[in-house]
Amino acid sequence: MARAAVRGRLNWTLGEVVELIDETPRVRTIFLEVPEWPGHRAGQHVDVRLTAEDGYQAQRSYSIASAPEDGRLAITVERLPDGEVSEYLVGELRRGDKLELRGPIGGYFVWEARSDGPLLLVAGGSGIVPLMCMLRHRRASDGTVGARLLYSSRSWDEVIYRDELERLAAGSNGPEVIHTLTRSQPPGWKGYARRVDGAMLAEAAWATASMPMTFVCGPTSFVESVAGGLVLLGYPSNTVKTERFGPTGG
Amino acid sequence: MEGEALRLDGNAIAGTLGGMFVQDMTEARIACKGCGNVEPVGAEHAYVQAPGIVLRCSHCDEALLVMTRTAGRHRIWFPRSHWLEMGEPTDS
Repeated sequence: MARAAVRGRLNWTLGEVVELIDETPRVRTIFLEVPEWPGHRAGQHVDVRLTAEDGYQAQRSYSIASAPEDGRLAITVERLPDGEVSEYLVGELRRGDKLELRGPIGGYFVWEARSDGPLLLVAGGSGIVPLMCMLRHRRASDGTVGARLLYSSRSWDEVIYRDELERLAAGSNGPEVIHTLTRSQPPGWKGYARRVDGAMLAEAAWATASMPMTFVCGPTSFVESVAGGLVLLGYPSNTVKTERFGPTGG
Repeated sequence: MEGEALRLDGNAIAGTLGGMFVQDMTEARIACKGCGNVEPVGAEHAYVQAPGIVLRCSHCDEALLVMTRTAGRHRIWFPRSHWLEMGEPTDS
């Protein structure tokens, strides 16, 4: 066995900000060049550490948004009220700045395009980020297993990656994308306009006989309600992988 | 704040564990002494707001693993778990 293949413990490394894109008024994608990045899998995350001049440090974990096949690492960050790290990343960070990073992290909430079974993704708000990484990975690797995304946002303006999701859905073998808008809907909206519930899951989810692989990401209450609903539909709990975003981010 | 809103999962502590162990720990399996269930660390519940980190069983809420850091030293203990099992380190 090649000893060099063993990654060893996670260490901090530096990445340089090469591009910033505002996805919505409160959400920004940060593209980074990370010379020592070892590559990642879809669904993994990365820790970001900020150090103030007086030595005070704060660190947060962010899901990786870019596909493993992409040349640059991207994270998508939502500005949280009083979030000392997200305020800086969304409001202050500039191109050319350096960030301390540690990753990739995680192996449980991970999807490989060569996996069997159709893919069901259920996102609440910025919980879309790791699931978008999976859809980008599926696209980049010409994945053909069926994929369906049920995505809950408060309003149409707060849908992260809205245009790219439309393009992906329109492409050949593209995923089915189903939106629900919980607070306000644009005029003429014909889609869902309520929180994800059992009836919506029953309509959107794959039949259990097709052995779907499911990933659910969002705030804790969202994730637990969706995961509970899927188990009630007959999804075996070990096929429903969850990742909770708590209020501890920031 | 309500306990439920503070509940994360084992994925949230993967970076901290990854700074100590040589492989990803979210896929490591942990056995609960309370109810006997065995789950990947990533599927268990994690609370990170305490002075330290507590991983609790997603079935019965027993404390499986607790981590603290004092004076630059990390301590991990296992109040209510039988074992923690992990694979060989890989580069993934």
